[in-house]
Amino acid sequence: MNAPTETALGLTESRSPGGRILKAVTYLLVLIVFAGPLLALLVGAFSQVKDPTQLSVIPSGATLDNFRIAFDQGVLAYLLNSFFVVGFGLLLQVAVSVLAGYALARKVFPGMTLVLVAILATLMLPEEILALPLSVILSDLPVVHFNLIGTLAGMIVPLGAWGFSILVMTEFMKDVPRELEEAARIDGAGDLRIFAQIILPMCKPALGVIGVFGFTMIWDQYLLPLLVSTDSSSYTLPLALRTLRIDPAVTPGVVMAASLLALLPSVIVFLFFQRSFVHGLSSGALKG
Amino acid sequence: MSLDQADPAALPATGPATRKTGRAATGRRGHDRRAGRWWTPWLFLAPALLLFLYFKFIPMVSALTMSFQDVQPYLGNRWVGTENYATVLQSAGFREAAWHTVVLAAGQTAGSMALGLVLALLMEGQGRRLGFVRSAAFLPVVVPIAVVAELWRIMYHPTADGMLNSILGLVGFGPSGFINDPDSSMASIMLTGIWRGAPYDMMIFLAGLTSVDRGLYEAAKVDGASRLQRVWHVTVPGLRSVFSILFILAAIRGLRVFTEVFLLTNGGPDGSTEVVMTLIYKLGLEQNRLGVGAAGAVLLFIATLILTVVVHLLRRRESK
Repeated sequence: MNAPTETALGLTESRSPGGRILKAVTYLLVLIVFAGPLLALLVGAFSQVKDPTQLSVIPSGATLDNFRIAFDQGVLAYLLNSFFVVGFGLLLQVAVSVLAGYALARKVFPGMTLVLVAILATLMLPEEILALPLSVILSDLPVVHFNLIGTLAGMIVPLGAWGFSILVMTEFMKDVPRELEEAARIDGAGDLRIFAQIILPMCKPALGVIGVFGFTMIWDQYLLPLLVSTDSSSYTLPLALRTLRIDPAVTPGVVMAASLLALLPSVIVFLFFQRSFVHGLSSGALKG
Repeated sequence: MSLDQADPAALPATGPATRKTGRAATGRRGHDRRAGRWWTPWLFLAPALLLFLYFKFIPMVSALTMSFQDVQPYLGNRWVGTENYATVLQSAGFREAAWHTVVLAAGQTAGSMALGLVLALLMEGQGRRLGFVRSAAFLPVVVPIAVVAELWRIMYHPTADGMLNSILGLVGFGPSGFINDPDSSMASIMLTGIWRGAPYDMMIFLAGLTSVDRGLYEAAKVDGASRLQRVWHVTVPGLRSVFSILFILAAIRGLRVFTEVFLLTNGGPDGSTEVVMTLIYKLGLEQNRLGVGAAGAVLLFIATLILTVVVHLLRRRESK
């Protein structure tokens, strides 16, 4: 008996022939249900799919036409918009999160509880509910009177502060030993230096977590770009999919080619950083 | 005034001399230095607080004020009291949308959690092959929602030779209209939501399962408990906190559902899938009735708040 790996169903430890078949069937079923549709998308993007009924996981008539037509429809520009938004959005989000995390984890100050409650409140507050007032505010930012409607900045700046990554960062930074900081202080380092040279380098795993989650979150944005964009020149790729689909000249194969381009970045990021992803998922959900 | 706090960024350039003064300063004002100046933490927090203020708190306040106003761009807003709320609550369309939202949220939450738990139980453990299957099962979660919607639109093609219909045909069921048929449109959206939500719940359950006491399984085995009994008496109680967290997350996700409905049906056919958020979007951005839309949004917010509080209270009572 291998006690430490004992699981609820005991299915995964089973080595009997019956158990093996059961396992194989289960895994196959899971793969078909969850990965099957995505495989069909992959195959469809490279096949002559003129009609939705031709969707299949069995490849037929390999072609790159779908991508060629998609690029003719301006998909490259949409993709670049998406990369621009996710690049600058993530940069801003990570910068904001590490700064805020440092203050919340390494300092004790009056009003700290209030700040933490406010951040938690933003997490409880679904952004969809703020859609209408946000669209009004984006058209005329209070005090500074910028109009962000129709600009890529309008899709980036509101994502700069995300409660989740601030809290993840705070939790990680709390675990950096006090002694390191004390030693640096004795050597005369100030806050900014301690932050940049001691705390931040110790938080690389956390940077991975918030980077991966931030990327996925920003790449998945739909409502905000929908509120901000005024015409197709500022569409991100996810927004453009609908426009493509509505166009009668565009076949489902082309939509799938564009969809493939829209999903590849987040899938690649996930596959590369699975460890941080799963870690962040469990720490974020179970600690929070 | 200690030197090192004046401009910490400039420090690396300066040599040991600065360090010495720094050390001297420590001796004199050790306590003060550890605490830093009172505004140092606020400086670090400023970007986050500013962004939250602009894009969360001001919109929140403005949603509240808008909900009591007749919002007229350029003409100035007119205070109308609770008229918007009356309009919303009396409109059959909103009541129907609220009902659809609740049905969709309940169905997706229950479906994703049930399927997620089953998946987690089946795929608990270690092994490379298992890791591969788990990652593959998790893919729907990372695929952008817009792609999920377009993909399922194509799979839901209503003729008999559509992808899902041909699978239904294999097991002897007639072609379904899926999202094109008012009778099945809601269930179709729910199914898509479960497909994307279950793997997420699976991952959280898997994380929760690692903290269940292995010794209890052994003990249950010795006592002759069957697998189902083990799950019911050991695993499920061990996962209690995971259940309530997932429930809150999923229910809130369900109440605020927008993108998949917007892209799959946009409320149709015949308003059979109109949810609160698609209605608010139409009211606010297509009909320019921002005040009425805001009132709807405030009501939706109150609903999510009540749900969160109730679940927390239940949890607290249970843990006592």
